[in-house]
Amino acid sequence: MKLTVNNESVYGYTNSKTHNPSLPTVIFVHGSGMDHTVWTLASRHFARHGNNVFAVDLPGHGRSSGQPLSSVEAMAEWLQEVMSEAGIEQAKIVGHSLGSLIALELAAQKPEKITGIAMVGTTLPMPVSDAILNAAQADDHAAFDMLTQWGFSKRHQFGGNRNSGLWMVGNTLRLYERSRPGVLFHDMSACNDYSEGVASAAKVQCPVLLLLGAEDRLTPVRSTKALREALPAADVCILDGAGHTIMVEAPNAMLDALHRLL
Amino acid sequence: MAGPDYPKLDTLALHAGAQPDPATGARATPIYQSTSFCFPDSDYAASLFNIERAGHVYSRLSNPTNAVLEERIAALEDGVGAIATASGQAALHLAIMTLMGAGSHIVASAALYGGSHNLMAYTLPRFGIETTFVDPRDPEAFKSAIRDNTRLIFAETVGNPGLDVLNIPAVAEVAHEAGLPLMIDSTFTTPYLIKPFMLGADIIMHSATKFLSGHGIVIGGLLVDGGRFDWDASGKFPTLTEPYVGFHNLVFSEEFGPAAFIQRARKEGLRDMGACMSPTTAFHIMQGIETLGIRMARHVENTRKIVDFLAAHDMVARVGYPELSNHPDKALAEQLLPKGCGAVFSFDLAGDRDAGIAFVDGLTLFSHLANVGDAKSLVIHPASTTHHRMDADALAAGGIGEGTIRLSIGLEDADDLIDDLKQGLRAASKIMQKKG
Repeated sequence: MKLTVNNESVYGYTNSKTHNPSLPTVIFVHGSGMDHTVWTLASRHFARHGNNVFAVDLPGHGRSSGQPLSSVEAMAEWLQEVMSEAGIEQAKIVGHSLGSLIALELAAQKPEKITGIAMVGTTLPMPVSDAILNAAQADDHAAFDMLTQWGFSKRHQFGGNRNSGLWMVGNTLRLYERSRPGVLFHDMSACNDYSEGVASAAKVQCPVLLLLGAEDRLTPVRSTKALREALPAADVCILDGAGHTIMVEAPNAMLDALHRLL
Repeated sequence: MAGPDYPKLDTLALHAGAQPDPATGARATPIYQSTSFCFPDSDYAASLFNIERAGHVYSRLSNPTNAVLEERIAALEDGVGAIATASGQAALHLAIMTLMGAGSHIVASAALYGGSHNLMAYTLPRFGIETTFVDPRDPEAFKSAIRDNTRLIFAETVGNPGLDVLNIPAVAEVAHEAGLPLMIDSTFTTPYLIKPFMLGADIIMHSATKFLSGHGIVIGGLLVDGGRFDWDASGKFPTLTEPYVGFHNLVFSEEFGPAAFIQRARKEGLRDMGACMSPTTAFHIMQGIETLGIRMARHVENTRKIVDFLAAHDMVARVGYPELSNHPDKALAEQLLPKGCGAVFSFDLAGDRDAGIAFVDGLTLFSHLANVGDAKSLVIHPASTTHHRMDADALAAGGIGEGTIRLSIGLEDADDLIDDLKQGLRAASKIMQKKG
């Protein structure tokens, strides 16, 4: 589905279906430098299970035009405008990494619109190393390499994909390589600069699912203490063997866990 | 700025795609010799059929053993995914059928393996797909042959039989300027000697029967997707960018991004044409790949010694190996194939068809058969076997002389191989002396 928001084209994958107001809606939001394709299996699944699905491409990502936004707050505001333009009154949001922060912020800003969030591969705060930021700012391929290498558990750096024949390290690297110049730096900076997350978390009223990879090296489980304290009612699910790129490292376990919320 | 190092070839060759078996702890990848796989419940079954979950349904489409091999070759080639096929020819056919239909056109190197040439020259035209064959040493020839309906550029890393070294970066540039993918047959070189995706290629195929296996006991092919070609921007590939009625209007580039090609090849090509690999074959090929790095180094080391021996012998008129100063691609080989140009090459005896026959019959260690890439050294005399119906003029048109011999150098001790070659050369020399 293509929409126009702020004079820019916005793409969202809907499983080739038009929005049905009588069905619940699940919005999927990708992480830094990624696009909607990371959610293909999940969005197909929840579309077949009686939901509208909308796997959005953030501005300047994938099939959406425009420039990347520079803060999580701006992205959340933009997503709210996308919802309005798409005719989505209420939704649950599944977000990965940067996308999880956007979900959190929008749930805090608009509790009447957001009925649940799943934060996948997340933490608060979400600091980004200088090495990654500097490489991303220089549009240096090393930024893609660092995120690809550290984005998988050590075991999954050697594959073992249950999705036949796909080399997940290579596929993830190609996705980063497809991102437009500067996009990754904007995204990583937004993660790094998101300082009001704990305050926003305190405002969240909807059910929250925290979906964490036990071997995540970018947002390690041990770093989620502040987030979990800010969201004491959150349902915490830790997936054994998975790193940060949970959608491809543990696609089936992620689906099963998402059913706890969706 | 340098990023973290990825695992290297020798490590990936042993580990990529494999984990200890979750059910038994088996360290070696088990042979999952099963046609089909149980569904825990109906919804799970539906989710597998609708591409919602990862898993296996039926071994024509995917199999846990094959999946490890597929990941392994994708990792070794720096690709995004791969499919194991019944043979190298099946991999080539699968790629073509995925990319195009009747009314399409291919530009291919004229120096192809005979099976690939036959497919393109004689079989595909019956299905409305034509091919123009061009000099692989001339990137401009590829460019000139491109038509509005061209959908693929195809060549081998080193050509047959003259080991013409393909200038992959230059031909890739030609292809990409025309919005076309470049597909490379890297059977003779393997990822140990060259990484075509790093040089601009978009799709790679292997006859895994050859060096990847090394043991000569199974037939198999591998098709690998590099994931960099922008099918949407090209606009020439509706199978990848437009709704596919055969799968509920799925648009492969929309849903699978970098893996659009390999996913369509699996969801349609393996499903409908069915040229899948047996899991036992996949297991055997993996046993070969585990030692690819050390084997290829030895293959090349032996080949260099034998090339030097033959090049200095009175009974040898010419040796065709790109590392020799008289080979037209020496400089390009140094640039693209610094670790060696493989272990298959041809040489011309200073003699006729009878001398060629005597040479082959005079060998003991070299096996006389129609294959290459075995751990054992192999020999064939094209004029008396694969090309026996052709007279001298017809052979010459194909770049083959009556005394041309093709060798595939194995892993034996090089001195023993040279001793064996001396016997053959002596037999050939006697024949020529008798003829005066």
